[in-house]
Amino acid sequence: MTTDDVDVGGLSASRLVEIYRTMLTVRLADERFMRGLSRGEFPGLYFPVHGMEAAAAGVIAALRPDDYYISTYRGLADVLAKGSSLPAVFGELLGRVTGMSRGKGGTMHLADPERGMMLTTGIVGSGTPIANGLGLAAQLLGNGRVTGVSFGDGATSIGALPEALNLAALWNLPVIFVCHNNLWGEHTPLAAYTRTARLAERATPFGIPGVTVDGTDVLEVYAAAARAADRARAGDGPTFLEVVAPRVLGHSFGDTGDYMDKAAVEQARANDPVPKFGEWLVAHGHLGRDELEAMRQQVTDEVEQALAVAVNSAGLPADELYTDVFAPGVDAPR
Amino acid sequence: MTTTEMAQTTQATRELTFAEAINDALDIALGADPTVLLLGEDIADPPGGVVRLTHGLSTKYGSHRVRATPISEQAIAGAAVGAALGGLRPVAEIMLMDFITLVMDQLVNHAAKHRYMSGGTSHLPLTVHTRIGHRRGAQHSSSYEAWFMHVPGIKVCVPATAADAKGLLLSCIFDDDPCLFLEPTPMVRSRRRSEVPTGDYRVPIGRAAVPRAGSDVSVITYGQQTPAALDAAAMLADEGISAEVVDLRSLVPLDHQTVLTSVAKTRRAVVTHTAARFAGPGAEISAMIHEELFGQLERPVRRVATASTPVPFAPSLAQIHSPDASAIAESIREVMA
Repeated sequence: MTTDDVDVGGLSASRLVEIYRTMLTVRLADERFMRGLSRGEFPGLYFPVHGMEAAAAGVIAALRPDDYYISTYRGLADVLAKGSSLPAVFGELLGRVTGMSRGKGGTMHLADPERGMMLTTGIVGSGTPIANGLGLAAQLLGNGRVTGVSFGDGATSIGALPEALNLAALWNLPVIFVCHNNLWGEHTPLAAYTRTARLAERATPFGIPGVTVDGTDVLEVYAAAARAADRARAGDGPTFLEVVAPRVLGHSFGDTGDYMDKAAVEQARANDPVPKFGEWLVAHGHLGRDELEAMRQQVTDEVEQALAVAVNSAGLPADELYTDVFAPGVDAPR
Repeated sequence: MTTTEMAQTTQATRELTFAEAINDALDIALGADPTVLLLGEDIADPPGGVVRLTHGLSTKYGSHRVRATPISEQAIAGAAVGAALGGLRPVAEIMLMDFITLVMDQLVNHAAKHRYMSGGTSHLPLTVHTRIGHRRGAQHSSSYEAWFMHVPGIKVCVPATAADAKGLLLSCIFDDDPCLFLEPTPMVRSRRRSEVPTGDYRVPIGRAAVPRAGSDVSVITYGQQTPAALDAAAMLADEGISAEVVDLRSLVPLDHQTVLTSVAKTRRAVVTHTAARFAGPGAEISAMIHEELFGQLERPVRRVATASTPVPFAPSLAQIHSPDASAIAESIREVMA
């Protein structure tokens, strides 16, 4: 870990440990949900976030609780980092009434507006123009909120992104464009869909600084995101933050990833952001080895209990089919 | 406006064109609520909109609230979605409905579905207004309102008078769900003035008007075909046919009750619109009438709508592409036969 050289931005030991706990929660929730799917405990749809723990937790740790965030269908890490509760997240993944959107959104639409998690989109790149609107609202209302929007590297190929970048720059919007570069656009490797070597360069022609960081190094991610958030809050406009964190699993649960280069995957697995940061905390005296082990057990139990709550929750009653199409009192056409 | 509503309106009126009525509505909304925000290409002064719908508003309220944008429809619609999510009431102008194709993702996947997908934990009070029926060939003239009738979660309004343009637009802006407000271009371009209530005048969304009462046949219409239907009804009065005209004013929600009450009375119906006939709004309305009133109808419902072709440029074809008052009258005679 190169984090010895990184300015940890005055993060206290307890904040550092809290960030690690978030990463660990994401890891264990991701693993446990896929294990449940594999074992047939429940049916479901899922996009793994293994390897994205630092990319998500590092960025969101640099934001305030009331800042806005928009994520994607691969949104578990962002949503947990933004503070959503495990039972509500699992409830939503399983389509139960205990879900954060009463199960009506599902895997690809994890919204938790009370925590600033405004939406996650199933449409590649579509969150970026929406982030501008949140930024515009913050700018006009003068509430000092920053908006982060994450999207995969694949989204750099779709028109919504350059349209959004241009407008964000033009209007100096307090938005951080967080490109989670996992080196794959669905089943196509980066080199097969673009000649751009460093995706952050895409921001430069729009007059937006483009920064690339190692997405397996949470403190490097945090430091870059903190600079971007400061810039945005000071009224200096948007930043494009490319966070490189290689994908080690398939695109979605059930995709074996057999088309991925095995050596590259092994290399990425060896550079796992979660144990890397855990070991760093131990080495720097922020966490004892026994505390690390105890935390793992504690989070494992929390995940298990939260999942049990979700699994044992009811589905939606039939009379909710037509609710929430429009505001209460307005009937949807039938 | 029905006579009942007119009687209930104690407000003063003044004479405005259709475009001035829209400008008046936007002016009132901006003045009444600091969270109202206008977005769109060329909407700031000068020129204050390509057809001057927003003329004077950026000067009055500032270019931070009346924002001219790049030619970037996805960015405009996305900003409207996000701004609504962030507590504003954005009003986005998309110049023509043909360009709505460029914002379908934001409107269909995000605006319309958000309340449902979020289980009602958040909603999007946004308005998109755009023009239909602009005789400028295939890519600048289309009326695609049927597409949005098919998308759950977005309201669709089409005014036919200056007063309704103002009243419906204000209702859209202050509605808590996404609203699509469609402006028939011949009306936007018309210099004809009519009485429009002053102040914060609202026409409820989902309530049809009956601008002409009749007993023999119901003509169900909206937007640009409303004056054509009224002309047809006037022509037929001389022939002893009493046609009632129902101006829907909004397609979603659709005022089933007014339509069914009218047709239950007349037992004959013609539906007319400027959207294409095949799978157009008239198909839904006709199906609804047949489902509810099958045994009471004297004749099957007729649909009089534009040809299901791209809008032709050639004036000789453009003329026959869209049915005029005579074509509506001819269909009425057929259901009366």
